[in-house]
This record gives sequence, C-alpha cells and structure tokens, in this order.
Amino acid sequence: MTAAGRRADDLRLRATQVLRSSSFRLAILYVLLLSVSAAILLGFIYWSTAGFMDQQTNATIAAEIQGLAEQYRQRGLPGLTNVIRERIVRDPGGAGVYLLADKDFKPLIGNLDRWPAGVPDAAGWIRFRLLERGPRHNDDHAARAQVFTLRGDLRLLVGRDVRDLEATRKLILEALTWGLALTAALALLGGWVMSHRVLRRLEAINQTSRDIMEGDLSRRIPLAGSGDDFDQLAAGLNHMLARIETLIAGVRQVSDNIAHDLRTPLTRLRTKLELLRTDLGEGHPAAAAAEDIIADADELLGTFNALLRIARIESGGQRAAFAPLDLVPLVADLAELYEPVAAERGQQLTLDTADAAWVIGDRDLLFQALGNLVDNAVKYTPEGGLIALSVTAAEQAVVIAVADNGPGIPAALHGEVFRRFFRADGSRSTPGSGLGLSLVRAVVELHGAAIALLDNRPGLRVQVQLAPTTAANKEPPTLGLTHP
Amino acid sequence: MRVLLIEDDRQLADYLRKALGEVGILTDHAADGRDGLLQAAGGVYDALILDRMLPGLDGLAILRTLRAAGNRTPVLVLSALGEVDDRVEGLRAGGDDYLVKPFAFSELHARLEALLRRGQADAPQTRLRVLDLEMDLLKREVTRAGRPIQLQPREFRLLEYLMRHAGQVVTRTMLLEQVWDYHFDPQTNIIDVHVSRLRGKIDKDFDPPLLQTVRGAGYLLRAQ
Repeated sequence: MTAAGRRADDLRLRATQVLRSSSFRLAILYVLLLSVSAAILLGFIYWSTAGFMDQQTNATIAAEIQGLAEQYRQRGLPGLTNVIRERIVRDPGGAGVYLLADKDFKPLIGNLDRWPAGVPDAAGWIRFRLLERGPRHNDDHAARAQVFTLRGDLRLLVGRDVRDLEATRKLILEALTWGLALTAALALLGGWVMSHRVLRRLEAINQTSRDIMEGDLSRRIPLAGSGDDFDQLAAGLNHMLARIETLIAGVRQVSDNIAHDLRTPLTRLRTKLELLRTDLGEGHPAAAAAEDIIADADELLGTFNALLRIARIESGGQRAAFAPLDLVPLVADLAELYEPVAAERGQQLTLDTADAAWVIGDRDLLFQALGNLVDNAVKYTPEGGLIALSVTAAEQAVVIAVADNGPGIPAALHGEVFRRFFRADGSRSTPGSGLGLSLVRAVVELHGAAIALLDNRPGLRVQVQLAPTTAANKEPPTLGLTHP
Repeated sequence: MRVLLIEDDRQLADYLRKALGEVGILTDHAADGRDGLLQAAGGVYDALILDRMLPGLDGLAILRTLRAAGNRTPVLVLSALGEVDDRVEGLRAGGDDYLVKPFAFSELHARLEALLRRGQADAPQTRLRVLDLEMDLLKREVTRAGRPIQLQPREFRLLEYLMRHAGQVVTRTMLLEQVWDYHFDPQTNIIDVHVSRLRGKIDKDFDPPLLQTVRGAGYLLRAQ
C-alpha cells in the first residue's frame, strides 16, 4: 500500500471513529434540537410579518372599496366611473387595480385590459397575475382584489398589486432559510470539533486499557494537566489500576509462597512414601496401600498444581516464552499425539490445515490448551465418533477448531464450563480435575485470543481465534532442553 | 558416580540421599547457597542437583557463577516454581534440566541418570544397536534379528531415544519433552498408547521382549 493510500485509510478510520463516537451523536442531536427550535422561532417571525403586511394590504383595499361604494351610492354609475378614472389618472404607476366590466366581463373602465381568470372565493377575494408590458421585457407579478356584482349585473374589481409584498416576503423567507442552514452548519462543525477532542482523550484511555489487558499492568492513563473532568476520570482510573496492580502482585506473591511453602513438604511426603514402598518390597500387602496413597497424593498434587498454574497465567505477564510460531505443525503434532488414543476408542481423528498459520504465543501453553480440548473431545465422544481438528489462516484471524460429534454441551452451559471444577454431567464421577477448560481459557486470554463453543449439530465445536502475525518477523525459537 | 545436592530442606535432603544411595549414587549435601557454591566449585562432581530457592544465595545465582567460571558440570534444577517463565529462567541461567516440586523420586532418578550419562559416547553415531535390534540413522531403517521393521517417523524418534538410553529408565514426561518436544501435562495416558504401538512392532514377533514398563516410573529398553 502506498503512503498516500495509508494516509487516506487512516483518515477514513478516523472519520468513522468520530462519526460513531457518542459525543458526535450527542452533537448531532443538539444540531437537530437547535435547528427545530430555530425553525419554529423563524417560522413564527415570518408568519407574523407576512400576516401583518397582508392585513395592511387588505385594509387599503377595504378603504378604497369604501370610497368607491360611497360615490356609487351618491352619484350612481357615472360617479363611480369618474372616481375610477380619476384614481387611475392621479396615480398611473400606482399599486391600485380597478376594473369595471359588464355582465359578460367585458371591461368598461379600469387599468386592467381584461377580467382576470380564476374563481373568487366566498368573500369575493381573487388572486391573479398582472402582466406589465415594459419597454424591454414583460413583468409578471401577483395581485389581489375583491370583486362585487353591482346592479344591472355590472362587475367591479378593486385590488392592489402585491409585488412589493411578495418580494419582501421572499426576502424574509430567504434570510430565514440561510440563517437556519448556517445555524445547522455551525452546530455540526462545533459538534465535530468537540467530539474529536473528546475522542482523543477517550482514545488515550482505551489504549492504556488495551495495554493493561495485554499484561502490562504498569501502564497509566496520561493526564492533560488541566484538571478537567477527563483528568479527574483518568486520575480515578489510575488509582484503581494501581490498586489492581498491587492486588495482583499480592496474588502472585501468595501463590509463589504457597508454591514454595507447600511444595517442599509435599515433595518430602511423596519421597517418604516412595521409600516406604521400596522398603516394604514388592508383594508386601502394605506396599499396595502405599501405592494407593501415592496415587491419591498425585491426584491432590495435580489439582493443586493446576490451580496454581491457572492463577499464575490469569494474573498475566507470563510472556517470557512468547515468540512467533507456526500453529500448523503444532496442531499436526497434537493430532499425531492423540491419534492412537482416539483409535483405541474406535474414533476417527482427522486433520485439515492451512499451509501455515503464524501467531505470536507460548508454544507449550498453546499445546497444553489445545491438548486439553482434544483430550475432552476424545473423552466425551462415544466410541466410533469423529473428531476433526482444523487450522484456517486468514488475513484477519487464525482459527483452530476442535469439533466432535459427541453429545455436545447445552448452550445454557456454555458460559459455565470455563468455571473451575465445573462438570457438564453434574457428577464428579468422570475422571479429570474439572480444571481443563479453566486452564484453556486462561491461556486463550493470555494470548489475547477468543474462544467460542459452537453447536456442531450434533456435537461440540470449539474454536480458538488468534491474531495472525506475518512469517516475515519470525525468529528461531531460542529455548528448550537439548539432550543428546 | 558422585552428585552434589544443594537443598535447604534438611529432611528432603536426607530422604533424597538415602534414596539415591539405594540406587547406587553417592551424594554430598550442602544446606545453603554459599556452602553449595564453595563445594560445587571445589569438588569434582558428575552432576549437581540444585534447589532454586536457597537461603544465603539464590540457586540461579550459583548456577550463573559456576557457568561464568567455566564449570560445565550437568545441573538439574529443582524448583517449587513450575511455570514456563520459571523454567525458561532456569535454563537460561545454565541449567541442563528442570524439575518441578513435588516430583516422583523415579522422575528425579531417571533425569539424573540421563544427565550422568551424557558426555559418554557422545561421538556422532550412525548406527545404534541393542541386542539384535539395529537402527541405521542415515538410511532411517530398523531391523530386528535381520528382519526389517516399518516405523512411522515419530515411532522412529521414540525408538531412537529409547535406544540411546538403553538400560535407563525413561519417564513419560521425558519422552514428551524429548521425543515430542513439548512441555505439557497430558490428562490421559497418550504416551502409553504410543509405546504400546511401538512395542507391537519391535517385540511382538521376537524374543526376548526388549521394551519394558517400569511400574510407577516409566519405560526401559533392555540393554542385555
């Protein structure tokens, strides 16, 4: 990928992060609220302004009508015609519109050349377009008028050109729309900037928590030094982290102490029993008892060791042996190791792997964890069953699956099986410590991997998913015992 | 064979000396780190058994000091710390083998024997021979009484290890570590099944049986 491409990708990622952040969503909500309230406010202003202007026009028309009506009452049709003519002559470019027409709407007098099309409403109001022939172009604008029918089926129209009114109304509407758009844009921009800032602070917290989950308990969240609420949150979290670190160090110390203080006497016990058995000699009745006691002691020690081991792995930081490794030969070794046991139980063990699947991890711990899974599959799948091991390697994930067609585990118990001493059959009669899957989970978590129990229809399918690494940064393993 | 045991637990040390004496290994004992270092540096021992946690001087510090001084005596580290990290530390400090407490005496004995016999007959070999069982390491062929035996690659490695340690008890853990190269704790008797398969190939149609099970300890390929 080119550097520019990578930058573009970074930018895309960043934008997605901002868009998905809760602070940005909050900002969007504010933009919406603000826009709606601004729209309501501006709408009200528009409505009252335009309404006022309409009323003014209507009042003017009403006054004209009153004047004309008076003339008509006093002097009849000639008086009315005179007044109309006078008014047109007095103000030729004015806003007044007059037309007197006969019963066939043929104009008699007025400043309209024909009766406008359109049907007046119940109160006699009519809206129409005025066409004004100018020297260079024709101008078309709105007018409003009231129409009356006079005696002898004469028709009178009195109205006003409302061009200015319409223009003002349009101006106000435009100004309001722009104002609204600008408000929304500013709010959006502000929201973006704010959420970006918030996101940066949150990202610092996220990064720290990821580092800590990967086992670096000494990490702390950086403070901005401003003492704001984020700093207070970070300080609180840092206190908590310090406390956790102390507690975990304590757990480690205690388990080391237990290990040291109990293991030596237990070794003594075991050695004494072995000596006792040797001293009694083969065939002595008590030798068999000693043998039993040794077996019991070994079982006890096995559980004790497994518990200590899980505790140590769970406390993290157990990464000295982490190295790049290919899981394909590891799983192949596992299949090869367990194949005879499966065969002895009449089971078929199959292996299906990718060419290579590089991850970073602890070879022995992974082998132990996957071994426990295969061990369970062999143990719980009935005779003649099928056990399938597979490794798939994609760019995103390496997935190891151990699938069987045995009785499976009810979905309700999927969360329980990783608990220490849990037994799916509820009894403690089957052999095993009940710690196998606890150890598996501890190892999986140490590797930052995920484990899923799935229904194999029928049977159980356990999938462990790890982050892949490139074979390019592999190194030869540097440890291990070598005997000739 | 003379071995130095550096172990602060007096009782355990006494039992180990007694038990080692019974299998023919003479043992000197040092109860703390300082004495242990002095004795190990001054005496001539075939192997050291070194406890990791000692009063006076830490076991790993003794090991590093000895190795830095050019002392190459095989060292078996005993430890109450059993995790992979601990094992890695022990081996990096110069240990040859690492055994976690509590251990079976048979395990200690088998591992100690393996350490004591290293250095002998370490010249590169191309053929191994135990009675009438022969292994050609170059052609990767096995015959018994002149008749060829077909082995899987892992069975070949298993037999090779057993033949190299013919006459010694090898434990299941040692086989897992050396033949399969994994440090892990199997929950079932997987090694037994592999060994019995191998036995079926090399012993079934022949006499006498060579591959023996040592109760409570492991396996032994008869040398005579």
